[in-house]
Amino acid sequence: MNTAVQEVTPILKVNDLTVFPQNVPSRLLVNKTNFALYAGKTTCIVGESGSGKSLTALTIMGLLSSQLQAKGSVDFNGEDISKLSNKALQKIRGAKIGMIFQEPMTSLNPVLTVGFQIGESLSAHLGLKGSGLKLRVESLLQQVGIPIERANSYPDELSGGQRQRVMIAMSIACEPALLIADEPTTALDVTVQAQILQLLHDLKTRMNMAMLFITHDFGVVADIADDVIVMFRGEIVESGTKKEVLTHPKHPYTKALLACVPDAEGKKQLKPINYSWLETAT
Amino acid sequence: MNINTANEVILEAKNLVKTYSQSSGRFGFGQTQIRALDHVSIALKAGTTLAVVGESGSGKSTLARCLLQLQSYDSGNVIFAGQDLAQLDKQGLCAVRKNLQMVFQDPFASLNPRMRVGEIIGEGLLIHALGTAAEQKNKVLQMLERVGMSADDAQKYPHQFSGGQRQRIGIARALVLQPQVVVCDEPVSALDVSVQAQILILLKDLQKEMNLSYIFISHDLRVVRHIADEMVVMHQGKIVEKGQVKDIYNAPQQVYTQQLLNAIPGRSAVLN
Repeated sequence: MNTAVQEVTPILKVNDLTVFPQNVPSRLLVNKTNFALYAGKTTCIVGESGSGKSLTALTIMGLLSSQLQAKGSVDFNGEDISKLSNKALQKIRGAKIGMIFQEPMTSLNPVLTVGFQIGESLSAHLGLKGSGLKLRVESLLQQVGIPIERANSYPDELSGGQRQRVMIAMSIACEPALLIADEPTTALDVTVQAQILQLLHDLKTRMNMAMLFITHDFGVVADIADDVIVMFRGEIVESGTKKEVLTHPKHPYTKALLACVPDAEGKKQLKPINYSWLETAT
Repeated sequence: MNINTANEVILEAKNLVKTYSQSSGRFGFGQTQIRALDHVSIALKAGTTLAVVGESGSGKSTLARCLLQLQSYDSGNVIFAGQDLAQLDKQGLCAVRKNLQMVFQDPFASLNPRMRVGEIIGEGLLIHALGTAAEQKNKVLQMLERVGMSADDAQKYPHQFSGGQRQRIGIARALVLQPQVVVCDEPVSALDVSVQAQILILLKDLQKEMNLSYIFISHDLRVVRHIADEMVVMHQGKIVEKGQVKDIYNAPQQVYTQQLLNAIPGRSAVLN
């Protein structure tokens, strides 16, 4: 394996991605975004609500609502997946691109055991069944830190953190090359959040996955990111390594947003964002 | 504000106990007792902010509701300005509530969608019969402007506003009565950081101007460090640690508090 080559060839490349409502094409919800994701790297998209960060993720997965339309291309392992049919996309989603969403309870089916739900993508994509499937499900539960007896539990019998662990087991079942996580820890308590972040980080490293992590929390960014993309009103205003963006932000919006984050030492004076000033400055 | 008034305890809870029973077992015939509050005592000093910190299920919201008598408790006392609130009759409690207000977590669920913003903010003035109609209207408009909105907004409905604006309306509704104590239950947790910063600054400014005392319920330890003077840490219905915010953050005594502080995202990283 040549690491130098890996670093230069992205797993996923987004080119001039634009999203707009079908009936109002002039309203650009995502405006000409370009970025690339690499194996073994976590890229965080950070921004406020309405900045277009979730839409970007949904567009990559081809899960955009029918009222919205996307332009541009999404190259995944050299293939433009934005033009693929739904049927072709289904072969990629869950197999080569894993997904985790914010609310584990609404993403899990309440009437199926978690073992069955973890097994679903394995049998659909890899054709596993019987004892082979059972073994694989148990190994996945172990990897995410859930006792294997829990395979027979229903989602409502698990805590929020455990449900999110089940979601993670489902998303990594087929060893995807890319994992997209949309605010996976927002609904969790801080101590549980810390555990889940650690788990995601470990899995990413071990499986050499690319991870696209969407969050509004700069604290989480500081913990988990390698690279950071800052979005504001549908546009990427700044991107770079975590250190560059968090300690030496260049764009006025990034600076202003960071000035809103309270520190844990109580030294910082919070400063609200002056949007009208921002508009003249940019 | 001299030092004396700043030290005076304005709201106090003594040994509050609250037990919920929950049906359990496969068909719900069993009963499980859950201690939401297990001999909880807190004291809020006038003009200061006391944060109640804990994870979900720790009992912090139950405590907030018990303080305001929005919920009954099994034993213990809540004492406000020398009065035991549980001893008061309905009218007595109503009179006290003018001085004891609440700002709720969810700015979408806590405003009546069929009332205009002016009516929402003015309702308390109407109930407590404070001033003439013209005076009430004036107060509402002044308060709206004080929280950073315009007088025209009084004619609009809650759905016409963003989350941050609605939280400003919730704050205006609580403060128009000029209360002494405001219980804030996760007032900024549903907001973006930029809006959160605005609301935190607003709450701090208003505290100084109106000499307010806050009980600030939160799970966000960055926010607590920023706004509170003292804090209590709750875990499974009990207070595990209490003291000055500064002291606890610098040297947490209990293992649980240490875990909580270590879990603050980005604490060890470049962000600080």
